Amino acid sequence: MDNTTQPTTSGMNGLIEDWVSDKDAFKNVSWGKTMMWIFLLSDTFIFSCFLVGYMSVRMTTDVPWPNTSEVFALTIAGEHIPLILIAIMTFVLITSSGTMAMAVNCGYRRQRKQAAYLMLVTAVFGLCFVGMQAFEWTKLIEEGVRPWGNPMGAPQFGAAFFMITGFHGFHVSIGVIYLTVVALKVLRGDYEERGYEIVEITGLYWHFVDLVWVFIFAFFYLW
Amino acid sequence: MQNNTDTQPQQHPISLYFKVWGLLFVLSSFSYLVDYLQYQGMLRWTLILVFMFLKAGLIVAVFMHMVWERIAFTLAILSPPLCILVLIALMASEASYTNLNRLIFFG
Repeated sequence: MDNTTQPTTSGMNGLIEDWVSDKDAFKNVSWGKTMMWIFLLSDTFIFSCFLVGYMSVRMTTDVPWPNTSEVFALTIAGEHIPLILIAIMTFVLITSSGTMAMAVNCGYRRQRKQAAYLMLVTAVFGLCFVGMQAFEWTKLIEEGVRPWGNPMGAPQFGAAFFMITGFHGFHVSIGVIYLTVVALKVLRGDYEERGYEIVEITGLYWHFVDLVWVFIFAFFYLW
Repeated sequence: MQNNTDTQPQQHPISLYFKVWGLLFVLSSFSYLVDYLQYQGMLRWTLILVFMFLKAGLIVAVFMHMVWERIAFTLAILSPPLCILVLIALMASEASYTNLNRLIFFG
């Protein structure tokens, strides 16, 4: 796909020119990247529906909502710290986003090995995150949280919790597999001729998973 | 392939990523502090939203390279989610009505 020769007026004139042109509207954006963004856009709507559903049930219930600060507290070395597990998970995911951004940068510098290793490090952080989520689920299930009820308050809490964090955790797990596959292919030198835009596309997916967590953290855990 | 003749996302200095990374850590710590210091009410909700949007903005703009894309592409991807605001408004009004009825009949 050769789109290097297309006109590239910038700014608002560029916007109009791009959309009125007979050919593709997205100049200088490869199909792989466009399709990943469109997929992420559709995923945005799915997660939004979950979060809006959560908002609805939380607004409708006349039973007090469980205090997430206490539900997700841990006692570490005799110290009772509120919401600490979720804070650690947040930092792990942000760290993984950073290593992913480095991998994209290395890819474009054609430092194949560094890019691949950084992607594998990202995948390990992802696994770490899923592991902590499994721990969190186990803890809550042991405390009697179910999709239809829980001892702490409004019964809708369990349904929202398992649905939202479960779907996000599923995304992280898929991301770990996706990252590992692409990293191994990068390491093997499969993209030496085509270039390393694939690292950026994989990165888009990973950063999106982090992005969704930002919203889940704010609305589900902190609100 | 270097097919981004005018955008060139591969040319950014690595220091920019480190700065954004650091900023995300700081903002996350602030979010956590909102809970740790037990701020409540409007102050809590405002701070949560401010830190959330700052973090989301940084991730989309720098890590996902949106600031370096052309406006035609940026608008095509970032404007459709605005529809969700309508959904939120509809569901919020429906939910408060349901809540009111529950309080009247079961409360």
